[in-house]
Parts: sequence; C-alpha cells; structure tokens
Amino acid sequence: MARSASSARAALRNLLPRLVLSPSVALIAIFVYGFIAFTSYLSFSDSRMLPSYGWVGLSNYEKLFSLRTWDIALNNLAVFGILYIAICCVLGLMLAILLDQRIRAEGFIRTIYLYPMALSFIVTGVAWKWFLDPGIGLEAVMHDWGWTSFKFDWIKNRDMAIYTVVIAAVWQTSGFVMATFLAGLRGIDAEMLRAAEVDGASTFALYRRIVIPQLRPAFLSAFVVLAHMAIKSYDLVVALTNGGPGTATEVPATFMYSYTFTRNQMGIGAASAEIMLLTIAAVIVPYLWSELREKR
Amino acid sequence: MKVPAKLLATAAVSTLISSAAMAQSVEVLHWWTAGGEAAALNVLKEDLAGQGIGWEDMPVAGGGGEAAATTLKARVAAGNPPTAAQLLGMQVREWADEGALGDLTAVATEGHWADVVPSALQDFAVRDGKWNAVPVNIHRPNWLWINAAIFEENGLTPPTTWEEFNTVAQTLKDKGITPLAHGGQPWQDATIFDDVVLGIGGADFYRKAIIEADMDALGSDTMVQVFNQMRTVRGFVDDNFSGRDWNLATAMVLNGEAAMQLMGDWAKGEIVRADMTPGTDILCVTAPGTEGSYLFNTDFFAAFDVSDDNQAAQSALAASVMSPAFQEAFNLVKGSIPARTDVAPDNFDACGQKAMADIKEAEANGTLLGSLAHGHGQTSAVQRAIFDVVTEHFNSDMSAEDAVEELQIAVESAQL
Repeated sequence: MARSASSARAALRNLLPRLVLSPSVALIAIFVYGFIAFTSYLSFSDSRMLPSYGWVGLSNYEKLFSLRTWDIALNNLAVFGILYIAICCVLGLMLAILLDQRIRAEGFIRTIYLYPMALSFIVTGVAWKWFLDPGIGLEAVMHDWGWTSFKFDWIKNRDMAIYTVVIAAVWQTSGFVMATFLAGLRGIDAEMLRAAEVDGASTFALYRRIVIPQLRPAFLSAFVVLAHMAIKSYDLVVALTNGGPGTATEVPATFMYSYTFTRNQMGIGAASAEIMLLTIAAVIVPYLWSELREKR
Repeated sequence: MKVPAKLLATAAVSTLISSAAMAQSVEVLHWWTAGGEAAALNVLKEDLAGQGIGWEDMPVAGGGGEAAATTLKARVAAGNPPTAAQLLGMQVREWADEGALGDLTAVATEGHWADVVPSALQDFAVRDGKWNAVPVNIHRPNWLWINAAIFEENGLTPPTTWEEFNTVAQTLKDKGITPLAHGGQPWQDATIFDDVVLGIGGADFYRKAIIEADMDALGSDTMVQVFNQMRTVRGFVDDNFSGRDWNLATAMVLNGEAAMQLMGDWAKGEIVRADMTPGTDILCVTAPGTEGSYLFNTDFFAAFDVSDDNQAAQSALAASVMSPAFQEAFNLVKGSIPARTDVAPDNFDACGQKAMADIKEAEANGTLLGSLAHGHGQTSAVQRAIFDVVTEHFNSDMSAEDAVEELQIAVESAQL
C-alpha cells in the first residue's frame, strides 16, 4: 500500500512538470508555430484583402523582389542593422569599461544609462522626432540662442533620415548592452588581471589581450538581441519618421504591415514576413546551435 | 427534484436568449472620434433610440481609418461582422466583391434613394443592382484655401489655373511669405497630385489616367507636365514640411504663416475653431484649373451581412442615415455636404453652398469624379502604388520622365 502510494507520487512528480507546461506548449504551438505555418502558406497564396487559399507558387516572392520599395526597405535594414549593432556594441563596451573603474556612485550612473531601455520605442520615437525637428527641436533652440548657422535637419533629409533612426535606437539600447558587458567584466577572474599587471601589461594591452577576448559570450548575446531587434524594428520607425520623408526610411516591418493590411496585398505582405523570419533565423539558429552543442 | 431544477435553468437561459434578441441594437464601427464628428453621430444615436434601437459604439481612432480597416478585417474573418462600418468608396466595392455585405435594396426603394443620391456615389453603394451601403456625406478634396488678408495686402487674386498659381506663388515667395502650407505625408502629396492631374489634364484625362489606369494616359506627355508642375509646387513649400499633419498646415494659413493650402473641406473644422469665417477670412476656391469638375470623397456606412434578426435594426439605421434631417445636421458639423441633392443649402456656409451648386453642375456634365487620394479612384493596391511614386518624386530630385516611367511600372505591378 505504502509502496503503491509512493510510486503514484513518483508518477505524479514525473507528470507534474509536463502538466504544468502543456498549456503554454499548446499555446505556443498554435499561436507561434501555427501562425508561422499559416503565414508561410499565405505567402504562396493569392490572398489580397482577406486570406484566400489559391496556390500561386513563388509569384508573390517574384513580385516582392521586383518592388522598388522592398529594395529600399532592405537597404535601409542593412544600413540601420549594421550601424545600430556596431555603435551599440562599441558604445556599450566603452561605457561598461569606464563604469568598471570602481568609480563613485556607480549604481546611480548605471541606472541612468539603463533607463532609456524602460521606455517603449514609441516614446523614444516621438521624443526624438520633436528633438530632431528643425522647426521646434535642437536646430530651433540653437537659432534662438544666436547660433544661426547651426543646421541639423537630418530627419527631414531623405538621404540622412535613416541615420536619425540609428541615433534614437542607439540611445535606447546602448545602456542595455552596457549592462550585459558590465556583467561580463565582473565575471573575469581578478587574479588573472593582477597576474598580467605584475607582468607589466599596460592597461590597453590588458583590455585588448585579456578582458575583451573573455567577453565573447556577452558579445554573442548582445549581437543576437540587437540583430533581432533591428530586423523587427517597426514602432520606432513609425513614431519617428513613419517611413518618410517619402519612402526614405521604409524598413521591412513597415513594408510588411502596409502591404498586408492597408494595400490589400496580403500575399506579398506574407512573403515579406517570411523573408524577415528567414533573416532572423539566419542569426538565431547558428547561435542556438552553438549554445546547445556547448552544453552537451 | 433534479429534473425540475434543470428545466428551470433551461427556461431561464432561453428567456435570456430571447430577451437579448428582442432588444434591437446596431453596432457601428467608425473612426469619427474627434469632438465635432462624435457630436454629429449623436444625432443618429438619438434618432435610433427614438425607435427603440440601441447603439453599440465601436470607434477605432486614427484619422484615415487604417486602424479601423484592420479591426474590421479581423471581425469579418472571425465571422462576427459589425452591423455597419464606415468605409470609403473603394473599400465598399472591395468588401462587396468579397461577398461580405448585406442588402439594403428594400429600404433604398422605399426611400427613393436612387433619385436623390448622385449617380457617381451610387456606383460605389450599389453592386449588381443591390444597395449595400449608405452614403453619409460628400467631401470635396479639390479646394484651395486662401488667407484673404495676405492676398489683399499683396494685391493678388485667387489663381484659376496652375500657371496663375505659379505666378501668384512666386510673387509671395519673393516677398518672403511661404506660398503653400503642406504636410509631407503620402496622402497629402496625393491630394495635390489629384488637383494637378485634374487641373492640367481635365476631367477626361483624370478619368482615363486615374480611374481607368490607362497605360497610355499614365505615360503621356500630359503626365510629364503634371510631374513638372508637382516639382514646381515643391518649390513653394517651406523646408520643414515633411511629416507635418494636415491640421498644422491649415493652422499656418490661419496664422498667416502661409498663404494657401490645397486640402479638402474638412479643413473648415479648423477654420471655424479658430473663430474665422470660411469664405470671408479664409477664401475657398476650387483648386487651380479644376473649376467645373468635382472630386469627391464619401464616407459610407456599409451594411454587413448580419443574421436575420439584426436586419431590421440595420435597415432602420440605413433609413435614419439617409433622412434629410440627419444628412443636414451631420454635414453642417462635418464640413462636407449632404449625400442627397434635395437638402436645402440655406443653413450651410458660403463654401458649402458653392459646393452644393457645383456638385449639381458636375453631376450634369459627368465631371463628378472619385478622388484617388481619398479612396475613390483606385483599389487600395494601385492607389498606394501611385502614392509611392508621387511621394518619392515630390521628396527627391527624380525627373518627371523617370517618375512617369516609375508610375507605369508601379501601377502595372500593383494590378497583377
């Protein structure tokens, strides 16, 4: 009797995690993977205003890549993605190293750098939109102060507008990257640093040869987080420039929304969503694979 | 004792269901959330309440109705459409083609709608002989709003052609006044484009190029001229125009920061709010070269295909919307004119009265045309494809010839 009770308890203990997890597994299966599959199907269908199920093969993809706006969106993604990731990493690393110098009020300063991360991209976008607007923002203030030759109209300039998106996005996320690196820096064995100092390594050499190489995992996670944020960036662009001036700051996510929901070309919209998914997968899958392999 | 309890429960549930079915109500999806518009809708609500019909408001904010359109798609895809939804003409047609709309023909026949609604509007409201939407208003996007004081000080007269417009604007620019208030958003660029196509090409060209999307017309020399004029217009806009909302551009005209604006008659709302009189302080003239033609933009309440027990309420809603009293009350607030031609113009301001006279003339001459910028010229796909080119050209140094070529490619690929 006692034995059967304890074996029942053991069975329950085995079962319990699965029971607890199964609702979320089911939800994810339907609402994430199910809809990914649905979107994939739509990208091969003749859907326009509402989903429809006539098979058209690859023609949505052919149309997609013949569209000028899509070209612009991809170019913008490349410019934005590369600059955003690079500047965030460099700036984040610099901030982390400076904060790591055992300075006073570190906790206070760290919080200040982290705060932008707490805002939504919409808030960041609107704030920077006003700040960068030549009529009411920085330029107007400089003119009021008497510096009338000051000119900063990037947000209204079609060639430069995409860089304002980079500025706003970097402002928002570099604090987060700093925190990641700071955690990495704190994890480095102090003995090793002391040993290097004893051997007469300069501070620069210390960071270049010992500290930064050991930050590789932090770099990787920062890269993966930033890369997927860059690819799916939508709210920031909508709030900051709404794809303008003209179509100068169109990105794949804004393209996807407009084709799927406002232009009634759902097939093309779904195809663009698939391309975005594949791009993100190209970043995340190798990362997950290497992580999982290391654990094994 | 068990059985009676069950019976009781069943009875209770069935009374609940039947009482829910008894209380008639209409659910209306719309994007009229601004103060004046919401007040105008109250007229409708009270009218329906008088007939014992409830009103379930379903406002989805966002001026152009993009958010509302997305919500509507989700509702219809889920098989739970609202009783009626505010839609623009082309959207009515697209929903009708999806087979999602109901039938208002009985109410329409009873109310003799066919005799009072301009035929160009009926083209959108009626599909295969069936009325499936009811028009609420008629807006006119091809107005030129002029700050009268600025024109008087500089001894200028309102331009009637694009050439005159260029001369007037140049004079103003030389004096350091911004000639044209404009907001660089695709639909505002397209509003100007509409006016230029109609003003330079005339009504027949507009019909061919925009409404029929005829490739020869789109690639013609006239279209090159249109884009050249767009480039000239670009020169009359201040440097900070990009992304500006239309009402801020209107405010520039009201404050005297700019002399003119090309915008639809919803701008009247801003004028009245600034305690100015449309027609006196701010002149309303038809956009250059478009006198005699009337671009229109109508909000419809499209009747969705609802269950049988909701159809009575739906018909009552449609009849109320079409009643002269509501049409007058609503449009006085909205700045537009009634969607039926038999409403007396006496209570409308000078601009409204001009519009009501002009639309009769345009209706008779066949120059009452759907506006591309406002969803009455082309399907969403083609419309947005044209927006892309117009906006791209307006914001860059693309040549008119290149723009025309791009336009043909864009329209062709959007039609596929």
